[in-house]
This record gives sequence, C-alpha cells and structure tokens, in this order.
Amino acid sequence: MINQKTINATLHLADTTLILAQKNSEWCAHGPILEQDIAITNITLDLIGQSRMFYQYAAELINEVENKNETEDTLAYFRSEREFKNFLIAELPNGDWAQTILRQFFFSCFHQLLFEKLQHIEDKQISAIAVKSLKEINYHVKWSSEWVIRLGDGTLESHSRMVKAIEILWPYTGEFFNAEENDLIEVKKIKSNWIQKIEAVFFEANLLIPGNVFMQTGGKQGIHTEHLGYILTEMQSLQRAYPGLEW
Amino acid sequence: MFLQEAEKTFQEKIDSEIKIEPKDWMPEAFRKTNLRQISQHAHSEIVGMLPEGNWISRAPSLKRKAILIAKVQDEAGHGLYLYSAAETLGMSREQMVADLNSGKAKYSSIFNYPTLTWADMGAVGWLVDGAAILNQVMLCRTSYGPYARAMVRICKEESFHQRQGFEILLILSKGSKAQREMCQDAINRWWWPSLMMFGPKDSESTNSDQSIKWKIKRKTNDELRQQFVDMIAEQIKLLGMTLPDKDLKWNDKTKHYDFGEINWDEFWNVVKGNGPCNKDRLIARNKAHDEGAWVREAAIAFAEKRKSNINTKAA
Ligand SMILES: [Fe+2]
Ligand SMILES: [Fe+2]
Repeated sequence: MINQKTINATLHLADTTLILAQKNSEWCAHGPILEQDIAITNITLDLIGQSRMFYQYAAELINEVENKNETEDTLAYFRSEREFKNFLIAELPNGDWAQTILRQFFFSCFHQLLFEKLQHIEDKQISAIAVKSLKEINYHVKWSSEWVIRLGDGTLESHSRMVKAIEILWPYTGEFFNAEENDLIEVKKIKSNWIQKIEAVFFEANLLIPGNVFMQTGGKQGIHTEHLGYILTEMQSLQRAYPGLEW
Repeated sequence: MFLQEAEKTFQEKIDSEIKIEPKDWMPEAFRKTNLRQISQHAHSEIVGMLPEGNWISRAPSLKRKAILIAKVQDEAGHGLYLYSAAETLGMSREQMVADLNSGKAKYSSIFNYPTLTWADMGAVGWLVDGAAILNQVMLCRTSYGPYARAMVRICKEESFHQRQGFEILLILSKGSKAQREMCQDAINRWWWPSLMMFGPKDSESTNSDQSIKWKIKRKTNDELRQQFVDMIAEQIKLLGMTLPDKDLKWNDKTKHYDFGEINWDEFWNVVKGNGPCNKDRLIARNKAHDEGAWVREAAIAFAEKRKSNINTKAA
C-alpha cells in the first residue's frame, strides 16, 4: 500500500543525502591534502549515489499514485526551498575542515544507526537501498571518526577549531531524533546509541558533548535556514533556465 | 673515463628499450628533464581540476554531476601518481607544490582558459583530455620507468574522460537550438587552445632532439599535433559541428588534414601568465594550501603523539 508517508520519508532521505553531497563537493579540487580531497570526494559520490536511488524510488511511487512523470532529476531540480525535506545540518556552510568533518561524523553515525534499522523494514526497495548503502556508510563513520580524533587530539589550534565546530553544529543534531508522522522507524529509539558513539569518539579526541543546548528543527517540514535557497538556486540553475531538455 | 663509460651504458639501455629506474645511473640532464616534465605534468592534473570543478555545483542532472565529480577526482589521483613518480628523482612533493604555488613551476596553459557554459565540460573532455591522451599514450613507452608506469594507469582513465566529454557534446548537438549553439560555441573557444597544448613548433622547440634521443618523447610536438587534428577533424563529423578554422582541409597528397596557423602570440602570452585565468588558478591553489596548513600540522602532530604513546607503552 503506497502512501504519502512513504513518499515523504523517501524524499527526506534523498534530499538530505543530495544536499550534503552538494556541500561536500565544494571541497573537490580545494581540499587541504590531496589524499583527503580524494577521500571526501568518495563520500560525496556515495551520497549522490544514495540520493539517486531514493529519488528514483520516490519518482516511481509518485507516478503510481498521481499519474505523473517524475524522474530523479525533476525531483532534484524542480522542487523549491519549501518542498525540500533535508535535515538543516546538511545545508549549513562547510566552514573549515573541522566543521566539515564534524558534520560528516554526526550525520554518518546517525545514518549508520538509521540504515541498520531500515534494512529490516517491510518496504523492500528501501530496505535494499539501506543494505547496499550501509557498506559505504560504515566507511564514512570510520573515516570521519578518525579525523575527529586526529583534530581533537592534534594541535592546540586543531583542538580549538573542533570545539568551535561543536558549538556551531551541536544545535542541529537534535533534529535527527524528532519524531514525525512520516518516519519509517522510531527515531527516538536510536538516540542513546548515537550519543554513546559520539561520546566514545569524543573521549579519544579529548572533546566534550555540550550540556543543555536549544535544538534547531524544521528541515523535514521544509522550514529551512537561509542557506538552502542559494544552494538550490545554484544547483538547479541550468534545468530551470532550459526546462525539459536532455543533458 | 668513468663518466663516458656510464653514459655509453645508459644510452645502450635506452636504445635497447630497457627502462631507466630510480637507482640507475643517469645523466644529470636526463634527471632534470624528467623531473621538470613529470612535476609539470602532476601540476597540470591538479590545476586542471579547477576549471571542471567550476561546474560540479551546477551540473544539469544527477548522473552528470556524479560523472563530473568522478572525473575531477580521477585527475587528483593522476596528480598523486605523478608526484610519486617525480619524487623518485629526488624532489619532495612539498617542494614541488611550493614551486607551483609561487608561480615558479609551470603547468599546462590550457587550464588558464575559463569554463563558461555546461558545454565546456564536453569540449574539455573531448578536446583537452583528447589531446592529453595522445601525449600520454606516447609516454606509456617513455624511458624513465616510474613515469611510464604512472602513464599506463592514467591512460585507461583518460580514454573514459574523452568519451564522456564527447557524449556530453553529442547530446547537446542533438538537443534544442540553444544547446546546439552552446555546443558550437564551446568547440570554437577550446579548439585553438587545445592545439597549443602540444607546445611550440618543432622548429622553435629547444629540448626536442635530446628528448627524442633519450626516448623521453617518441614523437615531436608537430607530429602529435597533426595526429590530433586528423583525429578530431573526423570525430567532429559525428557531432554535425564545425572547427573554427577555414584552412582545415583534407590533403590527399600528405594523407593528413592541413590546418591554419596557431596564434603564437596568444600562446606565449598565456605561458607568461597573461591568460584569462592564470591569476585565479594560482589564487585557488594557494588558498587551498594555506587554509589546509593547520590540518596538515595537526595530522603530523597527532601521528607523532601516537607514535610516542606506543613507544612509551612498549618501554
Ligand atoms: Fe588526468
Ligand atoms: Fe582526464
């Protein structure tokens, strides 16, 4: 039984991975170390691959219900700021390498726990995508954890940059666990596991989880930061200037 | 006496197609020429990421975006192989990068032209990677072992790049009027600069004879350029587009295409730093390098801490 809930949930997964890939791709050709330029670009490519699978599935579902002709590209290139359902953390500016790494770490740890659950849900397509993506995500967690530790326990400067990054990004992690009607799993149930993962890596990195912090939210409902409009304007510019063509 | 002997053995190896390896004796000029050429080649891969990276955020479909990112990433990999090959000749990667960033070292001038429309992603792949391939296929048999081996790995990926570039143009050439115009415009802008990629004419080129004798190169600039013109003049027919050269014509006597005179003023100007993007490219490379300094320092500091931790534990 197809319903709007599954469509919305699939779009949320697609949008989050695409927008994070779009932001990470800014590092391609501009990374701090050639090897790491390649590494973060690998993650970018994995995320785009995942987003394409989710968009393709969402298009299939929408076309079945609404008799439309959506494709992965119409969904990525012709939806507006208010229609995108990505987590806010994905659309934030890259900041420095510390901030980019920390965002990847927070997100990948969540992504891993989420997909471990998704691989067992009833929806065959989503569970298949989850199984396929988990291999990639496990690597993202490993790579970003290593960098969090390296920077947290590196020099005074790298440590203080990590502390700053935590200050900026932590308020955007609460959104991961905000239950919403479209959720495919009970997100609240993975929160304590997520905190444990973060704590374990932070312990090695000499970093601390902030105390009570007000958490930002709105992404799943299409209430975004001011950054998303610019991201979409740039990303969608060619399709919007020349709609309906093949590229 | 020893030197003459060594030089003789060296040339005999070259003549009988035995690769020169890092530990072998080699004339200082051979080492220097290879070092200069390989490091320039590495720099070209790295700077070459910038003009194409310019369109990643705006690629017109998710599939194109993924292909473009993978391509730019391939170039980073090529840079890595080549820096490693160059390091075997006794210069550190840090030093090479410093020379690039200070403007002392050169890279291929083609990357000092701007990518203005999406069609440029096609034209760059087809023409620029296409020209690079001809040079690189030849270099798979170059006499310095590490360089030749790096080239074999690189060539496999480059032929993908050229095909993907051609495919972008093919789709545009069958598309709307605006797309066809975009396609022709990109070819018009990239054609002459890609001919310049093969370097000065043989009559003006100073290093050519020695490089051929040492089998660093096996074809001259003009031979490679002619091969390129012959290849592209045929392929463009499939696009239904034209090359911006009124003198381009098949010559039945030579069995090659004749083509017009390159604007050598423009060539030398771009080499000297006056191309449209020379400054932007160096600014971008320096910015990435400078802003990455604290990251590299942290990585080193961390590795050292862990090493001494292990040592303390062991003791
Ligand atoms: Fe390359
Ligand atoms: Fe290439």
